[in-house]
Amino acid sequence: MRFAGSGGQGVILASVIFAEAAVISGLETVQSQAYGPEARGGVSRAETVLSREQIWYSRVTRPDFLLALTQDSLDSYARSLAEGAIVMADDSLVVPEGLDRGRVISVPILRTAGETVGKAFTANIVAVGAINRALRLFEPETLTEAVRRHVPAGTEELNQKALAAGEALITPEMSEAFAQKWE
Amino acid sequence: MSEAVLMQGNEAAVEGAIAAGMRFFAGYPITPSTEIAEGSAVRLPQVGGKFIQMEDELASIAAVLGASAAGMKAMTATSGPGFSLMQENIGYGAMAEIPCVIVDVQRAGPSTGLATSPAQGDYMQARWGTHGDHPVIALSPSSVRETYTLIIRAFNLAEKYRTPVIFLMDEIVGHMREGVELPKPSDLIINRRKMSFHDGANKQAYYVPEGRYVPAMKPFGQGERYNITGNAHDASGFPTNSHEIAGRLVGRLLDKVERNADDITRVEEYAMDDAETAVVCFGGTARAVMSAVLEARRAGKKVGMFRPVTVWPFPEKQLCRRLPQLKSILMVEHNHGQMLLELRRAVGRDRPVHFLGRIDGTVISPQDILAKLEEMEATDDAE
Repeated sequence: MRFAGSGGQGVILASVIFAEAAVISGLETVQSQAYGPEARGGVSRAETVLSREQIWYSRVTRPDFLLALTQDSLDSYARSLAEGAIVMADDSLVVPEGLDRGRVISVPILRTAGETVGKAFTANIVAVGAINRALRLFEPETLTEAVRRHVPAGTEELNQKALAAGEALITPEMSEAFAQKWE
Repeated sequence: MSEAVLMQGNEAAVEGAIAAGMRFFAGYPITPSTEIAEGSAVRLPQVGGKFIQMEDELASIAAVLGASAAGMKAMTATSGPGFSLMQENIGYGAMAEIPCVIVDVQRAGPSTGLATSPAQGDYMQARWGTHGDHPVIALSPSSVRETYTLIIRAFNLAEKYRTPVIFLMDEIVGHMREGVELPKPSDLIINRRKMSFHDGANKQAYYVPEGRYVPAMKPFGQGERYNITGNAHDASGFPTNSHEIAGRLVGRLLDKVERNADDITRVEEYAMDDAETAVVCFGGTARAVMSAVLEARRAGKKVGMFRPVTVWPFPEKQLCRRLPQLKSILMVEHNHGQMLLELRRAVGRDRPVHFLGRIDGTVISPQDILAKLEEMEATDDAE
């Protein structure tokens, strides 16, 4: 799984949360990231490998899943997907030509964080909730625990709200359709 | 629920160091090693230790040497640019025989380079960064779990041989997160520093009995007066201009590592028993190599991995034991060919060593290695 966006959007944390959920569930996982020297801005990319077997190579060459929160990251990483990969992109982004629209989940991640949750910086957690429901990766309690372990004390309630808002972006029909494609 | 925890290589370095008895850290943060300073700042006060953020790397290594001389197990962590600044005092530590651990989480250089990208370009600097003939022990981990256990060994070796030990990490392992079940600290033997005010009849600080290489360590500033210096010195620790004493001293410093190479060097071998091709690598590069070796084996090729865990001294004895069975050797590392030089020296001129390196800050993939192996096969067939 690859998570891409602009530095400061928290895509690394989103990636770490799925790795944590994997550890809680007893799966093998390796998490890594690539980012620029800036604290904010610049392209930021994080990767989580999930497996039932031991993982050697720690990076992702052709991801089965891509989260893109900026146009730049969608445009550049859409070119290196595995066959049949699923993409989740913020609905403000233009889906590049050549990407199978049937495999793109276009949902208002950034707007939901800003308006429904009330804090733009929760976009990464909104995305985590949406991804988990769309792909049916982990039990909701597992994901809640994974989030709790990685957010600052005192923000648990806000992040729980963001997680729920993300889940709510995915209808049961979408979940049914994409979870099947993911399998 | 599993017992595993999700941990980054840099975090594992802190936890392993504390398990080994590290109670003092002085450093200056630098990507990609910063989490080691951050983690030490949080964890050391919890175990009664001290963390100091220094003004720069020159001061960091100086503080570490001072703390160690005074009796604490001490460590610093940095990356290439900071490692360069520490070199003079690393030599001081070797000359004055002050144990400590210096972590270098390598990033792409030279100079400021690509601050957040991986590389392994400090391999030769770890050996020859400080001036003069001096002993060096350097270890390099390839996973989060190994970072934990190997840094404990780094402290053990530092104490046993009274010398700075370089813990040569890279961004790949430092920033990688894995689920790990850490062994209980009691499972690992931790050598306590042998502290004694009187070593038999001879009370001199640097007195070494005949047939031994390492003087007992006396705690500095705790009752007994002695001198510590980077000058050539006699058994009392005071400077000398005697060429005879100086020659004997430096000879002993080199001997204590070289003659104990069997104790110090460790390698990891995978699928080497019937291998005809050895892929040699160290540190984080081993991850892609393991994937490639498994893939090559599935295709019926007799390929194995030979990984120096102790990178200095280079484990040439273990490697040369494999030479009779090998038809080809491939060195894979994230630099322009540094361990390659040592490998070629060890195997001799009449045996070609193939090379796959990377200097652009990206990570070598298993596919890159498999393609190189195929290319080697094609050329070997042509010959």
